[in-house]
Amino acid sequence: MKNIDVAVVGAGPAGLSAAIEAAKYGVKTLVIDENRQPGGQLFKQIHKFFGSQAQMAGIRGYEIGKKLLASAQMHHVQMHLNTQVIGIDETNTLAVIKDHHYSEIKARKIILCCGAAEKTLAFPGWTLPGIMGAGAAQTLVNIHRVLPGEKILMVGSGNVGLIVTYHFLQAGANVKAVIDAAHSIKGYGVHAAKIKRAGIPIMLGCTINRAIGKKQVEKAELIRVDERFNKIPSTEIQMDVDTICLAVGLSPSTELARMAGCKLYYDAKLGGYIPLINQDMQTTLEDIYAAGDMTGIEEASIAMEEGRIAGISCAVGLGYCPDTATSQRVVQNIRLNLSQLRSYKPN
Amino acid sequence: MGTGMRFNGCPSKNELASAPGVPSLEDLNRKPLAVIECIEPIPCNPCEHACPFQAITVGDPITNCPVLDPEKCTGCGTCIACCPGLAIFVIDMNFTAATALVTMPYELYPLPQEGAEIDCLGRGGNTVAKGRIHTVKTSEKFDKTALVSIELSKEFAMDVRNIRMC
Repeated sequence: MKNIDVAVVGAGPAGLSAAIEAAKYGVKTLVIDENRQPGGQLFKQIHKFFGSQAQMAGIRGYEIGKKLLASAQMHHVQMHLNTQVIGIDETNTLAVIKDHHYSEIKARKIILCCGAAEKTLAFPGWTLPGIMGAGAAQTLVNIHRVLPGEKILMVGSGNVGLIVTYHFLQAGANVKAVIDAAHSIKGYGVHAAKIKRAGIPIMLGCTINRAIGKKQVEKAELIRVDERFNKIPSTEIQMDVDTICLAVGLSPSTELARMAGCKLYYDAKLGGYIPLINQDMQTTLEDIYAAGDMTGIEEASIAMEEGRIAGISCAVGLGYCPDTATSQRVVQNIRLNLSQLRSYKPN
Repeated sequence: MGTGMRFNGCPSKNELASAPGVPSLEDLNRKPLAVIECIEPIPCNPCEHACPFQAITVGDPITNCPVLDPEKCTGCGTCIACCPGLAIFVIDMNFTAATALVTMPYELYPLPQEGAEIDCLGRGGNTVAKGRIHTVKTSEKFDKTALVSIELSKEFAMDVRNIRMC
Protein backbone atom coordinates (compact mmCIF):
# COMPACT_ATOMS: atom_id res chain seq x y z
CA MET A 1 0.00 0.00 0.00
CA LYS A 2 1.25 3.42 -0.97
CA ASN A 3 0.77 6.33 1.45
CA ILE A 4 0.38 9.91 0.30
CA ASP A 5 -0.79 13.23 1.78
CA VAL A 6 -3.22 14.15 -0.99
CA ALA A 7 -4.52 11.92 -3.77
CA VAL A 8 -6.24 13.69 -6.65
CA VAL A 9 -8.44 11.56 -8.89
CA GLY A 10 -8.45 13.00 -12.40
CA ALA A 11 -5.73 14.94 -14.23
CA GLY A 12 -8.00 17.44 -16.00
CA PRO A 13 -7.94 21.19 -15.40
CA ALA A 14 -9.49 20.87 -11.92
CA GLY A 15 -7.28 17.98 -10.77
CA LEU A 16 -4.04 19.47 -12.05
CA SER A 17 -4.85 22.87 -10.53
CA ALA A 18 -5.72 21.24 -7.20
CA ALA A 19 -2.51 19.20 -7.17
CA ILE A 20 -0.34 22.19 -8.11
CA GLU A 21 -1.75 24.37 -5.30
CA ALA A 22 -1.39 21.63 -2.68
CA ALA A 23 2.13 20.81 -3.82
CA LYS A 24 3.10 24.49 -3.65
CA TYR A 25 2.69 24.22 0.12
CA GLY A 26 4.93 21.18 0.26
CA VAL A 27 2.12 18.64 0.43
CA LYS A 28 3.06 15.26 -1.05
CA THR A 29 0.54 15.05 -3.86
CA LEU A 30 -0.33 12.29 -6.29
CA VAL A 31 -2.60 12.62 -9.32
CA ILE A 32 -4.22 9.48 -10.69
CA ASP A 33 -5.79 9.32 -14.14
CA GLU A 34 -7.05 6.47 -16.28
CA ASN A 35 -5.87 8.07 -19.51
CA ARG A 36 -2.48 7.72 -21.14
CA GLN A 37 -1.94 11.47 -21.04
CA PRO A 38 -2.81 14.00 -18.37
CA GLY A 39 -4.80 17.14 -19.19
CA GLY A 40 -8.34 15.82 -19.39
CA GLN A 41 -10.17 17.52 -22.24
CA LEU A 42 -7.76 20.47 -22.44
CA PHE A 43 -5.54 19.04 -25.17
CA LYS A 44 -8.37 18.82 -27.67
CA GLN A 45 -9.46 22.41 -27.08
CA ILE A 46 -7.69 24.12 -29.96
CA HIS A 47 -9.59 27.42 -29.58
CA LYS A 48 -8.67 30.42 -27.47
CA PHE A 49 -10.44 30.50 -24.11
CA PHE A 50 -12.61 33.28 -22.75
CA GLY A 51 -11.87 34.66 -19.33
CA SER A 52 -9.79 37.16 -17.49
CA GLN A 53 -6.36 38.13 -18.74
CA ALA A 54 -5.16 37.36 -15.22
CA GLN A 55 -6.17 33.68 -15.62
CA MET A 56 -4.84 32.62 -18.99
CA ALA A 57 -7.70 33.95 -21.12
CA GLY A 58 -7.06 34.32 -24.82
CA ILE A 59 -4.81 31.25 -24.70
CA ARG A 60 -5.70 28.07 -26.58
CA GLY A 61 -6.85 25.20 -24.37
CA TYR A 62 -3.96 22.88 -25.21
CA GLU A 63 -1.49 25.63 -24.31
CA ILE A 64 -3.19 25.94 -20.91
CA GLY A 65 -2.78 22.17 -20.56
CA LYS A 66 0.95 22.46 -21.29
CA LYS A 67 1.32 25.23 -18.70
CA LEU A 68 -0.47 23.17 -16.05
CA LEU A 69 1.70 20.13 -16.74
CA ALA A 70 4.89 22.19 -16.56
CA SER A 71 3.75 23.68 -13.27
CA ALA A 72 2.82 20.26 -11.85
CA GLN A 73 6.25 18.97 -12.75
CA MET A 74 7.98 22.00 -11.25
CA HIS A 75 6.16 21.46 -7.95
CA HIS A 76 6.96 17.73 -7.89
CA VAL A 77 3.41 16.48 -8.27
CA GLN A 78 3.49 12.71 -8.72
CA MET A 79 1.45 11.31 -11.58
CA HIS A 80 0.02 7.82 -12.02
CA LEU A 81 -1.38 7.50 -15.54
CA ASN A 82 -3.13 4.55 -17.19
CA THR A 83 -4.44 3.99 -13.69
CA GLN A 84 -8.10 3.46 -12.90
CA VAL A 85 -9.55 4.18 -9.49
CA ILE A 86 -12.17 1.46 -9.04
CA GLY A 87 -12.98 1.93 -5.38
CA ILE A 88 -12.79 4.14 -2.33
CA ASP A 89 -13.49 3.27 1.29
CA GLU A 90 -14.06 4.95 4.65
CA THR A 91 -10.35 4.80 5.53
CA ASN A 92 -9.54 7.07 2.55
CA THR A 93 -8.02 4.17 0.67
CA LEU A 94 -8.29 4.13 -3.10
CA ALA A 95 -8.41 0.83 -4.95
CA VAL A 96 -6.55 1.20 -8.22
CA ILE A 97 -5.77 -0.91 -11.26
CA LYS A 98 -2.80 -0.39 -13.53
CA ASP A 99 -1.77 -2.86 -16.22
CA HIS A 100 -4.23 -5.44 -14.82
CA HIS A 101 -2.46 -5.13 -11.48
CA TYR A 102 -4.39 -4.21 -8.33
CA SER A 103 -3.01 -1.99 -5.58
CA GLU A 104 -4.15 0.40 -2.88
CA ILE A 105 -3.29 4.00 -2.13
CA LYS A 106 -4.01 5.47 1.28
CA ALA A 107 -4.33 9.24 1.37
CA ARG A 108 -4.85 11.69 4.20
CA LYS A 109 -7.04 13.81 1.91
CA ILE A 110 -8.67 12.93 -1.40
CA ILE A 111 -9.73 15.42 -4.07
CA LEU A 112 -12.18 13.97 -6.58
CA CYS A 113 -11.94 15.68 -9.97
CA CYS A 114 -13.58 12.99 -12.07
CA GLY A 115 -15.06 15.29 -14.69
CA ALA A 116 -18.16 14.42 -16.65
CA ALA A 117 -19.49 12.07 -19.29
CA GLU A 118 -21.42 12.97 -22.42
CA LYS A 119 -25.16 12.56 -22.33
CA THR A 120 -26.80 10.89 -25.25
CA LEU A 121 -30.11 10.97 -27.04
CA ALA A 122 -32.09 7.92 -28.02
CA PHE A 123 -33.97 7.89 -31.33
CA PRO A 124 -34.71 5.20 -33.91
CA GLY A 125 -31.44 4.25 -35.56
CA TRP A 126 -29.23 5.84 -32.89
CA THR A 127 -26.98 2.78 -32.64
CA LEU A 128 -25.89 3.02 -36.29
CA PRO A 129 -22.15 3.54 -36.79
CA GLY A 130 -21.41 7.19 -37.46
CA ILE A 131 -23.49 8.44 -34.54
CA MET A 132 -21.35 9.57 -31.63
CA GLY A 133 -20.88 12.10 -28.88
CA ALA A 134 -19.54 15.47 -29.99
CA GLY A 135 -16.74 15.17 -27.45
CA ALA A 136 -15.74 11.80 -28.88
CA ALA A 137 -15.70 13.30 -32.36
CA GLN A 138 -13.58 16.17 -31.07
CA THR A 139 -11.07 13.64 -29.69
CA LEU A 140 -10.94 11.92 -33.09
CA VAL A 141 -10.34 15.19 -34.93
CA ASN A 142 -8.04 17.08 -32.60
CA ILE A 143 -6.11 14.30 -30.83
CA HIS A 144 -6.03 11.51 -33.42
CA ARG A 145 -6.34 13.84 -36.46
CA VAL A 146 -9.04 11.70 -38.04
CA LEU A 147 -12.32 13.08 -39.38
CA PRO A 148 -15.27 10.93 -38.30
CA GLY A 149 -16.97 11.66 -41.62
CA GLU A 150 -17.45 14.11 -44.44
CA LYS A 151 -21.06 15.21 -44.01
CA ILE A 152 -21.83 15.95 -40.41
CA LEU A 153 -24.98 16.86 -38.52
CA MET A 154 -24.47 18.46 -35.11
CA VAL A 155 -27.29 18.00 -32.61
CA GLY A 156 -27.15 20.68 -29.92
CA SER A 157 -26.37 24.40 -30.04
CA GLY A 158 -24.67 24.67 -26.66
CA ASN A 159 -21.04 25.67 -26.46
CA VAL A 160 -19.81 22.11 -27.06
CA GLY A 161 -21.90 21.77 -30.22
CA LEU A 162 -20.88 25.18 -31.55
CA ILE A 163 -17.19 24.83 -30.73
CA VAL A 164 -16.84 21.30 -32.08
CA THR A 165 -18.62 22.44 -35.25
CA TYR A 166 -15.99 25.16 -35.66
CA HIS A 167 -13.23 22.59 -35.11
CA PHE A 168 -14.81 20.41 -37.84
CA LEU A 169 -14.72 23.40 -40.18
CA GLN A 170 -11.06 23.92 -39.39
CA ALA A 171 -10.44 20.22 -40.08
CA GLY A 172 -12.08 20.53 -43.49
CA ALA A 173 -15.34 18.68 -42.87
CA ASN A 174 -18.70 19.73 -44.25
CA VAL A 175 -21.08 20.40 -41.39
CA LYS A 176 -24.56 20.29 -42.91
CA ALA A 177 -26.34 21.94 -39.99
CA VAL A 178 -26.46 22.51 -36.27
CA ILE A 179 -29.90 21.72 -34.89
CA ASP A 180 -31.49 22.30 -31.49
CA ALA A 181 -34.94 21.53 -30.16
CA ALA A 182 -34.75 24.79 -28.21
CA HIS A 183 -36.01 27.93 -29.89
CA SER A 184 -32.91 29.96 -29.15
CA ILE A 185 -29.18 29.23 -29.35
CA LYS A 186 -27.91 27.72 -26.10
CA GLY A 187 -24.23 28.64 -26.29
CA TYR A 188 -22.38 31.92 -26.60
CA GLY A 189 -23.50 34.09 -29.51
CA VAL A 190 -19.94 34.66 -30.73
CA HIS A 191 -19.40 30.90 -31.08
CA ALA A 192 -22.61 30.72 -33.12
CA ALA A 193 -21.57 33.75 -35.19
CA LYS A 194 -18.28 32.08 -36.23
CA ILE A 195 -20.04 29.10 -37.81
CA LYS A 196 -22.99 31.09 -39.08
CA ARG A 197 -20.81 33.40 -41.15
CA ALA A 198 -19.14 30.31 -42.59
CA GLY A 199 -22.56 29.41 -43.98
CA ILE A 200 -23.55 26.60 -41.60
CA PRO A 201 -27.31 26.65 -40.98
CA ILE A 202 -28.42 26.77 -37.35
CA MET A 203 -31.89 25.22 -37.23
CA LEU A 204 -33.80 25.87 -34.02
CA GLY A 205 -37.04 24.27 -32.92
CA CYS A 206 -35.84 21.18 -34.74
CA THR A 207 -34.90 17.73 -33.49
CA ILE A 208 -33.77 14.43 -34.89
CA ASN A 209 -36.63 12.05 -35.62
CA ARG A 210 -34.61 9.04 -36.74
CA ALA A 211 -31.37 7.99 -38.36
CA ILE A 212 -31.57 6.00 -41.58
CA GLY A 213 -28.91 3.68 -42.97
CA LYS A 214 -27.90 0.08 -43.55
CA LYS A 215 -24.33 -0.44 -42.41
CA GLN A 216 -23.90 3.10 -41.14
CA VAL A 217 -25.88 6.30 -40.94
CA GLU A 218 -26.75 7.60 -44.41
CA LYS A 219 -29.54 10.06 -43.67
CA ALA A 220 -30.85 12.00 -40.72
CA GLU A 221 -34.56 12.67 -40.56
CA LEU A 222 -35.28 15.96 -38.84
CA ILE A 223 -38.60 17.19 -37.54
CA ARG A 224 -39.80 20.54 -36.22
CA VAL A 225 -40.95 20.85 -32.62
CA ASP A 226 -43.23 23.42 -31.02
CA GLU A 227 -42.46 25.58 -27.98
CA ARG A 228 -43.27 22.61 -25.72
CA PHE A 229 -40.98 20.30 -27.72
CA ASN A 230 -43.87 18.34 -29.23
CA LYS A 231 -43.07 17.08 -32.71
CA ILE A 232 -45.07 18.84 -35.40
CA PRO A 233 -46.47 16.20 -37.79
CA SER A 234 -45.58 16.35 -41.48
CA THR A 235 -42.57 18.63 -40.96
CA GLU A 236 -39.99 15.87 -41.50
CA ILE A 237 -37.07 16.52 -43.81
CA GLN A 238 -34.21 14.21 -44.68
CA MET A 239 -30.57 15.20 -44.86
CA ASP A 240 -27.68 13.20 -46.37
CA VAL A 241 -25.12 12.70 -43.62
CA ASP A 242 -22.50 10.14 -42.69
CA THR A 243 -21.98 11.38 -39.15
CA ILE A 244 -24.34 12.59 -36.44
CA CYS A 245 -22.73 14.22 -33.42
CA LEU A 246 -24.69 14.53 -30.20
CA ALA A 247 -23.88 17.58 -28.11
CA VAL A 248 -26.79 17.28 -25.72
CA GLY A 249 -25.10 17.98 -22.44
CA LEU A 250 -22.77 16.43 -19.92
CA SER A 251 -23.41 14.42 -16.81
CA PRO A 252 -21.14 14.81 -13.73
CA SER A 253 -19.15 11.63 -13.00
CA THR A 254 -20.09 11.10 -9.37
CA GLU A 255 -19.53 7.33 -9.01
CA LEU A 256 -16.61 7.60 -6.57
CA ALA A 257 -18.28 10.33 -4.51
CA ARG A 258 -21.36 8.11 -4.25
CA MET A 259 -19.29 5.07 -3.32
CA ALA A 260 -17.42 7.04 -0.65
CA GLY A 261 -20.72 8.07 0.90
CA CYS A 262 -20.62 11.79 0.10
CA LYS A 263 -24.05 13.34 0.19
CA LEU A 264 -25.31 14.14 -3.31
CA TYR A 265 -28.11 16.40 -4.41
CA TYR A 266 -29.88 17.12 -7.67
CA ASP A 267 -29.35 20.35 -9.59
CA ALA A 268 -30.74 20.26 -13.11
CA LYS A 269 -28.86 23.41 -14.17
CA LEU A 270 -25.53 21.95 -13.08
CA GLY A 271 -26.10 18.66 -14.90
CA GLY A 272 -27.83 16.33 -12.43
CA TYR A 273 -26.66 14.68 -9.20
CA ILE A 274 -23.58 16.36 -7.72
CA PRO A 275 -21.83 16.14 -4.37
CA LEU A 276 -22.87 18.68 -1.77
CA ILE A 277 -19.81 20.82 -1.12
CA ASN A 278 -19.00 23.78 1.08
CA GLN A 279 -17.10 26.85 -0.03
CA ASP A 280 -13.78 25.06 0.56
CA MET A 281 -14.86 22.41 -1.97
CA GLN A 282 -15.14 19.92 0.90
CA THR A 283 -17.83 17.26 0.56
CA THR A 284 -19.95 16.09 3.48
CA LEU A 285 -17.03 13.79 4.38
CA GLU A 286 -14.22 15.60 6.17
CA ASP A 287 -11.31 14.26 4.12
CA ILE A 288 -12.93 14.20 0.70
CA TYR A 289 -13.04 17.22 -1.56
CA ALA A 290 -14.43 17.60 -5.06
CA ALA A 291 -13.88 20.10 -7.87
CA GLY A 292 -14.48 20.66 -11.56
CA ASP A 293 -17.28 19.33 -13.74
CA MET A 294 -18.22 16.59 -11.29
CA THR A 295 -19.48 19.32 -8.95
CA GLY A 296 -21.51 20.89 -11.78
CA ILE A 297 -21.00 21.34 -15.51
CA GLU A 298 -19.24 24.66 -16.06
CA GLU A 299 -16.27 26.09 -17.95
CA ALA A 300 -12.67 24.85 -17.68
CA SER A 301 -11.69 28.24 -16.26
CA ILE A 302 -14.11 27.61 -13.38
CA ALA A 303 -12.85 24.04 -12.89
CA MET A 304 -9.30 25.34 -12.49
CA GLU A 305 -10.30 27.89 -9.85
CA GLU A 306 -12.35 25.30 -7.95
CA GLY A 307 -9.40 22.91 -8.06
CA ARG A 308 -7.12 25.57 -6.65
CA ILE A 309 -9.46 26.13 -3.69
CA ALA A 310 -9.63 22.39 -3.01
CA GLY A 311 -5.83 22.10 -3.15
CA ILE A 312 -5.28 24.98 -0.75
CA SER A 313 -8.02 23.73 1.59
CA CYS A 314 -6.31 20.35 1.82
CA ALA A 315 -2.93 21.95 2.48
CA VAL A 316 -4.49 24.04 5.25
CA GLY A 317 -6.35 21.02 6.66
CA LEU A 318 -3.13 19.02 6.83
CA GLY A 319 -1.31 21.79 8.66
CA TYR A 320 0.98 22.82 5.79
CA CYS A 321 -0.04 26.50 5.92
CA PRO A 322 1.14 28.08 9.14
CA ASP A 323 0.33 31.50 7.67
CA THR A 324 -3.42 31.00 7.33
CA ALA A 325 -4.06 34.71 6.78
CA THR A 326 -2.17 34.59 3.49
CA SER A 327 -3.82 31.40 2.28
CA GLN A 328 -7.21 32.83 3.24
CA ARG A 329 -6.49 35.90 1.15
CA VAL A 330 -5.55 33.75 -1.84
CA VAL A 331 -8.77 31.76 -1.46
CA GLN A 332 -10.82 34.94 -1.15
CA ASN A 333 -9.36 36.18 -4.44
CA ILE A 334 -10.16 32.89 -6.16
CA ARG A 335 -13.74 33.09 -4.89
CA LEU A 336 -14.02 36.57 -6.32
CA ASN A 337 -12.73 35.30 -9.69
CA LEU A 338 -15.25 32.49 -9.54
CA SER A 339 -18.19 34.77 -8.90
CA GLN A 340 -17.14 36.90 -11.88
CA LEU A 341 -16.68 33.89 -14.14
CA ARG A 342 -20.13 32.67 -13.10
CA SER A 343 -21.90 35.97 -13.58
CA TYR A 344 -23.01 35.12 -17.10
CA LYS A 345 -24.98 32.03 -17.97
CA PRO A 346 -26.25 31.72 -21.52
CA ASN A 347 -29.99 30.98 -21.43
CA MET B 1 -39.26 33.46 -33.42
CA GLY B 2 -37.11 36.47 -32.55
CA THR B 3 -34.21 37.94 -34.46
CA GLY B 4 -30.65 38.64 -33.41
CA MET B 5 -27.70 36.77 -32.02
CA ARG B 6 -29.61 34.29 -29.86
CA PHE B 7 -32.01 33.33 -32.62
CA ASN B 8 -29.91 33.04 -35.76
CA GLY B 9 -26.29 33.54 -34.73
CA CYS B 10 -26.05 36.96 -36.37
CA PRO B 11 -26.07 40.14 -34.32
CA SER B 12 -28.95 42.27 -35.57
CA LYS B 13 -28.64 45.90 -36.71
CA ASN B 14 -30.10 47.01 -33.37
CA GLU B 15 -27.76 44.82 -31.36
CA LEU B 16 -24.78 46.21 -33.25
CA ALA B 17 -26.00 49.80 -32.94
CA SER B 18 -26.22 49.47 -29.17
CA ALA B 19 -22.88 47.62 -28.76
CA PRO B 20 -20.37 49.96 -27.07
CA GLY B 21 -17.53 48.46 -29.11
CA VAL B 22 -19.06 49.34 -32.46
CA PRO B 23 -18.16 52.89 -33.50
CA SER B 24 -20.59 55.15 -35.31
CA LEU B 25 -20.56 55.39 -39.11
CA GLU B 26 -19.53 59.00 -38.68
CA ASP B 27 -16.39 57.98 -36.79
CA LEU B 28 -15.70 55.16 -39.25
CA ASN B 29 -15.84 57.61 -42.13
CA ARG B 30 -13.22 59.69 -40.36
CA LYS B 31 -10.50 57.07 -39.72
CA PRO B 32 -9.76 53.31 -39.60
CA LEU B 33 -11.24 51.83 -36.42
CA ALA B 34 -11.78 48.55 -34.60
CA VAL B 35 -15.35 47.25 -34.72
CA ILE B 36 -15.97 45.03 -31.70
CA GLU B 37 -19.09 42.94 -32.35
CA CYS B 38 -19.31 41.71 -28.75
CA ILE B 39 -22.87 42.07 -27.53
CA GLU B 40 -23.25 39.51 -24.74
CA PRO B 41 -22.02 39.88 -21.15
CA ILE B 42 -19.28 37.25 -21.49
CA PRO B 43 -16.71 37.13 -18.64
CA CYS B 44 -13.78 37.97 -20.90
CA ASN B 45 -11.28 40.81 -21.20
CA PRO B 46 -8.13 40.01 -23.27
CA CYS B 47 -9.02 42.81 -25.74
CA GLU B 48 -8.69 45.41 -23.00
CA HIS B 49 -5.12 44.31 -22.31
CA ALA B 50 -4.15 43.81 -25.95
CA CYS B 51 -4.76 47.41 -27.03
CA PRO B 52 -1.48 49.37 -27.01
CA PHE B 53 -3.42 52.66 -26.89
CA GLN B 54 -5.87 51.89 -24.05
CA ALA B 55 -8.72 52.40 -26.49
CA ILE B 56 -10.69 49.39 -25.20
CA THR B 57 -12.24 49.26 -21.75
CA VAL B 58 -13.97 46.28 -20.15
CA GLY B 59 -13.32 47.15 -16.52
CA ASP B 60 -15.20 45.69 -13.59
CA PRO B 61 -17.29 43.54 -13.71
CA ILE B 62 -15.52 41.52 -16.36
CA THR B 63 -18.87 40.79 -18.03
CA ASN B 64 -19.10 44.36 -19.31
CA CYS B 65 -19.11 44.54 -23.10
CA PRO B 66 -15.93 46.20 -24.36
CA VAL B 67 -16.20 49.93 -24.93
CA LEU B 68 -14.20 51.42 -27.80
CA ASP B 69 -12.84 54.94 -27.60
CA PRO B 70 -12.72 56.06 -31.25
CA GLU B 71 -10.35 58.89 -30.40
CA LYS B 72 -7.69 56.58 -28.96
CA CYS B 73 -8.17 53.73 -31.47
CA THR B 74 -5.73 53.85 -34.39
CA GLY B 75 -7.14 50.86 -36.24
CA CYS B 76 -3.84 49.02 -35.73
CA GLY B 77 -5.60 45.62 -35.43
CA THR B 78 -3.60 44.33 -32.46
CA CYS B 79 -6.86 43.42 -30.70
CA ILE B 80 -8.20 41.24 -33.54
CA ALA B 81 -6.27 38.05 -32.87
CA CYS B 82 -6.61 38.25 -29.09
CA CYS B 83 -10.42 37.97 -29.13
CA PRO B 84 -11.41 34.36 -28.32
CA GLY B 85 -14.81 35.05 -29.87
CA LEU B 86 -13.28 36.19 -33.18
CA ALA B 87 -15.60 39.18 -32.89
CA ILE B 88 -13.21 42.06 -33.63
CA PHE B 89 -12.71 43.55 -37.09
CA VAL B 90 -10.93 46.66 -38.30
CA ILE B 91 -12.55 48.77 -40.97
CA ASP B 92 -10.79 51.36 -43.06
CA MET B 93 -13.76 52.93 -44.79
CA ASN B 94 -11.70 55.23 -47.01
CA PHE B 95 -9.02 52.83 -48.20
CA THR B 96 -9.44 54.28 -51.70
CA ALA B 97 -12.12 56.55 -53.10
CA ALA B 98 -14.26 53.54 -54.00
CA THR B 99 -13.09 50.78 -51.68
CA ALA B 100 -12.86 49.94 -48.02
CA LEU B 101 -10.44 47.57 -46.29
CA VAL B 102 -11.97 45.06 -43.86
CA THR B 103 -9.52 43.16 -41.65
CA MET B 104 -10.80 39.99 -39.98
CA PRO B 105 -9.49 37.07 -37.92
CA TYR B 106 -9.04 33.91 -39.98
CA GLU B 107 -8.29 30.42 -38.67
CA LEU B 108 -8.71 28.10 -41.65
CA TYR B 109 -5.95 26.56 -43.71
CA PRO B 110 -4.82 27.09 -46.37
CA LEU B 111 -4.55 30.80 -45.77
CA PRO B 112 -5.70 32.88 -48.75
CA GLN B 113 -3.13 34.25 -51.19
CA GLU B 114 -2.58 37.98 -51.28
CA GLY B 115 -4.13 39.40 -54.42
CA ALA B 116 -6.64 36.55 -54.78
CA GLU B 117 -10.21 37.31 -55.82
CA ILE B 118 -12.61 35.97 -53.21
CA ASP B 119 -16.28 35.90 -52.31
CA CYS B 120 -17.11 38.23 -49.45
CA LEU B 121 -19.63 36.71 -47.04
CA GLY B 122 -22.07 38.42 -44.73
CA ARG B 123 -22.76 37.53 -41.10
CA GLY B 124 -25.17 34.87 -42.28
CA GLY B 125 -22.64 33.21 -44.57
CA ASN B 126 -24.34 34.58 -47.69
CA THR B 127 -22.23 35.90 -50.59
CA VAL B 128 -22.51 39.67 -50.52
CA ALA B 129 -19.86 40.89 -52.95
CA LYS B 130 -16.58 40.09 -54.67
CA GLY B 131 -13.39 41.29 -53.07
CA ARG B 132 -9.63 40.94 -53.21
CA ILE B 133 -7.21 39.76 -50.54
CA HIS B 134 -5.01 42.73 -49.78
CA THR B 135 -2.79 41.32 -47.05
CA VAL B 136 -2.48 38.24 -44.88
CA LYS B 137 -0.60 38.78 -41.65
CA THR B 138 0.60 36.11 -39.28
CA SER B 139 2.79 36.44 -36.23
CA GLU B 140 3.76 34.45 -33.19
CA LYS B 141 1.86 36.97 -31.10
CA PHE B 142 -1.36 36.24 -33.01
CA ASP B 143 -0.98 32.56 -32.02
CA LYS B 144 -2.18 30.97 -35.28
CA THR B 145 -4.99 33.43 -35.90
CA ALA B 146 -4.21 35.17 -39.20
CA LEU B 147 -5.29 38.73 -39.95
CA VAL B 148 -6.78 38.82 -43.41
CA SER B 149 -7.46 42.22 -44.99
CA ILE B 150 -9.83 42.35 -47.92
CA GLU B 151 -10.47 45.23 -50.24
CA LEU B 152 -14.05 45.60 -51.35
CA SER B 153 -16.56 48.16 -52.50
CA LYS B 154 -17.15 50.40 -49.47
CA GLU B 155 -20.93 50.00 -49.46
CA PHE B 156 -20.44 46.41 -48.21
CA ALA B 157 -17.84 47.15 -45.52
CA MET B 158 -20.32 46.96 -42.64
CA ASP B 159 -21.85 43.70 -43.87
CA VAL B 160 -18.89 41.53 -44.87
CA ARG B 161 -17.43 39.42 -42.07
CA ASN B 162 -15.99 36.34 -43.78
CA ILE B 163 -14.49 35.16 -47.05
CA ARG B 164 -14.69 32.13 -49.27
CA MET B 165 -12.07 31.25 -51.85
CA CYS B 166 -13.46 31.31 -55.38
